[in-house]
Amino acid sequence: MNLFIYDQTFEGLLTAINDAIDLNIKPDKIISTKSFQDDLFATKYDIITDSDKFDKIWNQVKEKSNEQNCQRIFKAFLSELSEIEMIIYNYIKLIIDTPYNVEVNFSEDSVIKLNNIQKKVGREAQRVLMFVRFQKTVDDIYYASFDPKYNVIPLTVAHFRNRFADQKWVIFDTRRKFGYYYDLKNVCEITIGKQKINFESGKVDNDVLHVSEKLFQKLWKGYYDTINIKERKNIKVHMQFLPKRFWKYLPEKDFKNTLVTS
Amino acid sequence: MKPETVNKLKISANAAKYDVSCASSGSNRPNSGKGLGNASSWGICHSFTEDGRCISLLKLMLTNYCIYDCAYCVNRKSNDIPRTTFSVKEVVELTIEFYRRNYIEGLFLSSGVIKNPDYTMERMVSVAKDLRLKQNYNGYIHLKSIPGSSDELQQQAGLYADRLSVNIEIASESNLKMIAPDKNFKSILNPMNTIKNKIIENKEERQKFRHAPRFSPAGQSTQLIVGATPDSDQRILNLAGNLYNSKNLKRVYYSGYVPVNNYDKRLPALNEPPLKRENRLYQADWLFRFYHFSINEIVNDDHPDLDLEIDPKLSYALRNPWLFPVDINKANYETILRVPGIGVLSAKKIILGRKYSKLNLSNLKRIGVVLKRAKYFITCNELKAPTINELLPENVKKILLSENKSVKQFNKPLYKQLSLFSVT
Repeated sequence: MNLFIYDQTFEGLLTAINDAIDLNIKPDKIISTKSFQDDLFATKYDIITDSDKFDKIWNQVKEKSNEQNCQRIFKAFLSELSEIEMIIYNYIKLIIDTPYNVEVNFSEDSVIKLNNIQKKVGREAQRVLMFVRFQKTVDDIYYASFDPKYNVIPLTVAHFRNRFADQKWVIFDTRRKFGYYYDLKNVCEITIGKQKINFESGKVDNDVLHVSEKLFQKLWKGYYDTINIKERKNIKVHMQFLPKRFWKYLPEKDFKNTLVTS
Repeated sequence: MKPETVNKLKISANAAKYDVSCASSGSNRPNSGKGLGNASSWGICHSFTEDGRCISLLKLMLTNYCIYDCAYCVNRKSNDIPRTTFSVKEVVELTIEFYRRNYIEGLFLSSGVIKNPDYTMERMVSVAKDLRLKQNYNGYIHLKSIPGSSDELQQQAGLYADRLSVNIEIASESNLKMIAPDKNFKSILNPMNTIKNKIIENKEERQKFRHAPRFSPAGQSTQLIVGATPDSDQRILNLAGNLYNSKNLKRVYYSGYVPVNNYDKRLPALNEPPLKRENRLYQADWLFRFYHFSINEIVNDDHPDLDLEIDPKLSYALRNPWLFPVDINKANYETILRVPGIGVLSAKKIILGRKYSKLNLSNLKRIGVVLKRAKYFITCNELKAPTINELLPENVKKILLSENKSVKQFNKPLYKQLSLFSVT
């Protein structure tokens, strides 16, 4: 069994795929150092991430298909699914080995698999744009917690930077414990200690909340409750569009908890 | 912002909620410089209410006082309900604060008519103007044009808003006059024409001067109330089709009539809003806009109302069995689009995918085709299975209905039994 071990990064994975193709060895498993468990009977290849190798394979894929297709591969990688490395390997191998652009050949297994995964990741990123809720703090920073299934916050940063160009904001991934901070000029990656934010509820502590914040949450919750038309009640569709896992960070769904703690 | 606003906002939301338009798409307004917000061209929903509708825009009535007395409207002047009026400043602040917290995609402002149409429209325009010029706000704004207001105000509204709309509400003029005596088609179609012409003028102008200000970049829309009058689906869809073609509307919304004024005997006594009919009308609207169907193919004199049990596309297929089965590996795009169970995306994928190899059932399934329905209407690279022509349309309908569990809940009676005579 051939086991390729890479450093969790996207560059590392593409280096591994490059090496596998160059050495003409078919990996049975490509695995990150994080999830690696020693296997006595496997032939192990420790991959050293190399940006030249990354560029080489990336450009090859771009030439064979297009920029959009590269983005699809990156999105699929962000899914962090356990078998994603081999799906990407199979997909890239197929692209490089096929004389024509194979990206829309939906009779190929790896094309379908990769597309389905990247679609799910894209949908989760869309959910971030929809359901992020900022809480204004005393120092005029708008803070939001989010708990995405896949690692999609990086995909959403450009959107928020364009939209909220005149306010400072933080979006924090409470599952992966990192986030982004925009300081009116640049966006940078940050980590936050637990002092002033409850990651369970996603809420900022009351003493650092802006004086007006509670009122606007209350206004929003009141609006949300009244705009509903009771005669048209349709919980099934409601749950389908607004799955429960998103509720915890929405003031319109979870305001009661805030009242209890305040 | 004062705590009393909570109540005001509730009254206003209650008054505005029956307008169904919620789209925030179609306008691509970039954030110029370092202002607030941008309008994304695909639109984003930010929340969903328990009735399953999305919240994308903050739907507000500037005031719910109204001098009109339309029978279907919750805000008619003869209704005894709490009334409130927002100041321009309050609406601007609410919009900005909600927007900054990512609660909404923009503002949808409408208003009851107070004093006269011009006075009302002027206040609505000043909200949009303040947002754009004072607050440097580039998010989405949808203004409801007040029928009867001046061209000058329409012009200004179009410069600041992304979308304008004028609601027709009732599909035939005689019925409109009966339940909304203050309104007529002329007063509604006039502003619609003005807006349409201004949009066309503006497009030509922008071809000459790239930086000419845009006029209502997301176009205009309207709403039709369904089930408040005895108008047939044929009448409603023909009107919608005409509006799309002759007034260049972006969207026609259908709103199942919610019985808000049950005491008014000009209105039917509904048990619940005609949600299934509304749903079927939207499906028919989609067939017209995205599936290359003509209105006459969906509803016609022999078939004036949509089938509530099955969707209009399936209904069309069952009425025209001689068009099937369609060979997935040979038929053109338009033909494939007409197969029940195949949507726009799957049809496109079929056209792309079949270049490489002949498609069979499992390929189709992975592309996203709903085989449960499609299998009676297609042939592909697979052993021939019985299609609609062997099984006969009525049997296909029976099979599909028996597989569909959700049908049962729609067999409830739609109309209340009225006891005209106390016969026991």
